[in-house]
Amino acid sequence: MGKTLFEKVWDNHIVDTVDGGQEILFIDRHFIHEVTSPQAFDGIRKRGIGLYDKNRIVATADHNVPTKDQHLPIKDELSRLQVDMLTHNCEEFDIDLYGLGHKNQGIVHVIGPELGVTKPGMTIVCGDSHTSTHGAFGAVAFGIGTSQVEQVMASQCLLVQRPKTMRIIIDGELGNGIYSKDIILYIISKLSTSGGTGHFVEYAGSAIRSLSMEARMTICNMSIEMGARGGMIAPDQTTFEYIKGREYAPSGQQGEEALAYWSSLYSDEDGVFDKEYVFNAEDIEPMITYGTNPGMGMGITQHIPTTQEVERPDNLLQSLHYMGLTPGASLLNTPIDHVFIGSCTNSRIEDLRIVADYVRGKKKADNVQAFIVPGSKQVEAQAKAEGLHDILFEAGFELRGPGCSACLGMNEDKIPKMEYCVSTSNRNYEGRQGPGARTLLVSPLTAAVIAVEGKVVDPRKYLNEEAPA
Amino acid sequence: MEKFSTLLSPAIPLVQENVDTDQIIPARFLKATSREGFGEHLFKDWRFDEQGHPKSDFILNNSEYSGSILVAGENFGCGSSREHAAWALVDYGFKAVVSSYFADIFKGNALNNGLLPVQVSPSSLKELLAAIQSNPMTGIEIDLEAQLLRVPEIGIQEHFEINPYKKTCLINGYDDIDFLLSQKEKISAFELKHIEF
Repeated sequence: MGKTLFEKVWDNHIVDTVDGGQEILFIDRHFIHEVTSPQAFDGIRKRGIGLYDKNRIVATADHNVPTKDQHLPIKDELSRLQVDMLTHNCEEFDIDLYGLGHKNQGIVHVIGPELGVTKPGMTIVCGDSHTSTHGAFGAVAFGIGTSQVEQVMASQCLLVQRPKTMRIIIDGELGNGIYSKDIILYIISKLSTSGGTGHFVEYAGSAIRSLSMEARMTICNMSIEMGARGGMIAPDQTTFEYIKGREYAPSGQQGEEALAYWSSLYSDEDGVFDKEYVFNAEDIEPMITYGTNPGMGMGITQHIPTTQEVERPDNLLQSLHYMGLTPGASLLNTPIDHVFIGSCTNSRIEDLRIVADYVRGKKKADNVQAFIVPGSKQVEAQAKAEGLHDILFEAGFELRGPGCSACLGMNEDKIPKMEYCVSTSNRNYEGRQGPGARTLLVSPLTAAVIAVEGKVVDPRKYLNEEAPA
Repeated sequence: MEKFSTLLSPAIPLVQENVDTDQIIPARFLKATSREGFGEHLFKDWRFDEQGHPKSDFILNNSEYSGSILVAGENFGCGSSREHAAWALVDYGFKAVVSSYFADIFKGNALNNGLLPVQVSPSSLKELLAAIQSNPMTGIEIDLEAQLLRVPEIGIQEHFEINPYKKTCLINGYDDIDFLLSQKEKISAFELKHIEF
């Protein structure tokens, strides 16, 4: 019997199977950041053991860093302490750290791929649920808790239960003004926030094949938002082109061997998935969320469900009460206070290009505060080199330094209570962007159009003539 | 990790579905560098108003309910991988969470901290929530060895699944690292033949 892409990569990393079916899974790369690593380092010290292999760990500071005045000491004492502790731990254990101020610093799921650390066929973990991002390269990548961060530091392995497999096929062509963020928000709205639990997802189909690496990362990134353990896409020419020439990419003879191996990473025709869904790209509209979990999304011209249309009206009403919205209403023309473009979902160079292309020569609406947070120092430098910074600045967008920023209400960037934020991030949970903040998740293009119009609109009605493909 | 055997306690009913880890412990409280003290911030924004006063409509602030078991709506613990969510529940005093569905990462984090996730059928969950709401002192017994959840008062006795290895760990108070460290030779041997680009 053939194997699925997931099985090929997973099976290649099994050290042993133990009682009860748990498997010892070897981990090739371990990304760490300041929030979920201190207790793990502490555990390693308390046990009096060293790291299994420091060379398999890559560290950066992202969750807690300010996005303004990054050259100054961090003002918030606890944030500073946590970032300093990461620096101290990396020094003590001799780990490569791309800390604040380093030319490669950035959001962990942005820097891994851009440095060429993330490669097809790898197992990759990080104490962060959006580690699924790296699956876009055909890697098995997933988020873990701090106890597991310590396990990987100590043994380079995890003791895990093999997940089930799921394939989601998207065939057809996306309409104008519709992007990969719309695809994943559409899928989650169909499958719910728990529809993927226990499964590892492979995204396939012609609509997926036609996407750039940045767009694929956006899709895999949000796999966790339907509860899936991870998401992956079979590597192809697009993947190989992206990796070529990056700092940690293999080259020469090794590069050719790598390419031969990577080319074998696809699901065999007779590979079997535990679940399969097929969607049509033509059915996908620009998406927006109206509730307090990422499954509560809809096409931007649709109406919020009524209490009769849902299984648990109490949950819907609680969500809409928090959001200040009404069952059955349309979101069109809802005034917006903030537009946030950033996060590990949508802060890559392509996302910034889409926004800059749209706002070139336009101005943001007066009632909107619009800010853009690039995913990394490299994205920031590239945006400057391409002149995107000037375009965005002219349009009235505030440009910040790289970090997780307003995605998670942890650092200085928070959305005030009861204010609406149209956001390219990944979670619209209560309080996610700050206590009482109201989040509407969208694609970068939709965010850009809304920033200019000052209210929720259908971006397809505002496309520039030479709309980006 | 504390050993887990049998638990007999009344329970606290949290009827909301899809409770995410940002609700269990909001991100702004993740700045600590130790595992202690997170219980204070458990369900912070549901539990307290902006002035820090307890909100009377939140279940943890209702003095009728008590106990070391949380009975929660479907898909408990979705979202962020933060283990701080499990630490906060344990620090607050919970020893088990009962629901009809758990998010994967939360479930793993709970098991690694001696907090038992007990998955029951949606119909049992419904009955259980109704029973606790009508009598807050309803006793719930969780027998890990027998993998049974019993509520004698309403005649529920339901078997629950747990990985046999994780069960042994919980009963003995072991963690995965002790085991993995004992496998180092196998791991090194694997690494020698493992090809990676």
